[in-house]
Amino acid sequence: MPYIEVNNDFAGIRGLLAFRPETAGPLGELANILLRDTEGLSPAERELIATRVSYLNDCFYCHNSHGEIACVYLDGDREVVDQVRKDPRHAPISNKLKALLNVAGKVQKSGKAVLQEDIEAARAEGATDREIHDTVLIAAAFCLFNRYVDGLGATTPTDLSTYPPRARQIAEMGYGNHIFSSPQPH
Amino acid sequence: MAHIDLGNELPGIRGPMAFRPETARPLNELAEILLRDDNNTLSRGERELIGAYVSYLNDCFFCQNVHGGLAQHYLGCDMQYIDAVKQNPAAAPLSEKLKALLVIAGKVQQSGRAVSPENIEKARSEGATDREIHDTVLIAAAFCMYNRYVDGLGTWAPEDRQYYINRAPLRAAEGYIDFDLYK
Repeated sequence: MPYIEVNNDFAGIRGLLAFRPETAGPLGELANILLRDTEGLSPAERELIATRVSYLNDCFYCHNSHGEIACVYLDGDREVVDQVRKDPRHAPISNKLKALLNVAGKVQKSGKAVLQEDIEAARAEGATDREIHDTVLIAAAFCLFNRYVDGLGATTPTDLSTYPPRARQIAEMGYGNHIFSSPQPH
Repeated sequence: MAHIDLGNELPGIRGPMAFRPETARPLNELAEILLRDDNNTLSRGERELIGAYVSYLNDCFFCQNVHGGLAQHYLGCDMQYIDAVKQNPAAAPLSEKLKALLVIAGKVQQSGRAVSPENIEKARSEGATDREIHDTVLIAAAFCMYNRYVDGLGTWAPEDRQYYINRAPLRAAEGYIDFDLYK
């Protein structure tokens, strides 16, 4: 049960978004651009960054939700998602993504923890300014989403089999108000 | 200078916003609804104060001065008052409700999981509504994003705090959506 009366039974952030649709609008739009844009980073890479930051923030709902969405994009490769979540340096991913995940991990601690050398390392692996920008903003945005979910004690399903249906819905239809205004997947 | 080539010399968040207008739009819409929309039982001054406090805790010079300046503008107080609230809200002359909400905001700054049911109950016992508690948590969470965006990209910030005080009336009048990033 969330700390506040949200007047709905939606899981996780959906319950909070439905409680306050005015703020749900820009939050959904932000997620759509940051996580589904295909220019530069792929949607899978973007979701992996989100998953890693949510794991570092110890947000069970978010790291499982976004891990599952990444999994959809990666054709069900849950193993790589789990490695990125827990130990990205040893995951079978590109050196560029490893360097960007390092930047994201710094952002999770504090904006000030990001050093010029972290940026240089990403650039040396071929990351563009736009990709670095998006990595920083995805990481920062999940420092918002994770706090929103856990700070209000959002309903967090512990049954992991409930996450894939919502993940497939997002992968198919994107983020936005439909995730609480249309029927919930089972 | 900023960690990446933003293609402009704008201070603080305006630099990356001009670099990537697609994300600037929802970021500004969120700020407008959370901080300036008058369909809210928390005043603009109270909401800007929450933003300034969280930005202070995150040690983000640009954001704490922009939003401290706006809080000062709306509350009609001086910079000493804003600084006193940021440094020790429990000892500041504030309503008990706002003090309880600032405790929640401070917990959110640490982690969403740091917020306890007791923190929520305390705010409620001082008269805070569910919507006010919601908005406090989301404002604090949003500043954990804005602050990281500003400092994570290494943007520059004017050092003279009067700069922010001088600009506050313009932002208060224009709001966060329909303004020229270059002015």
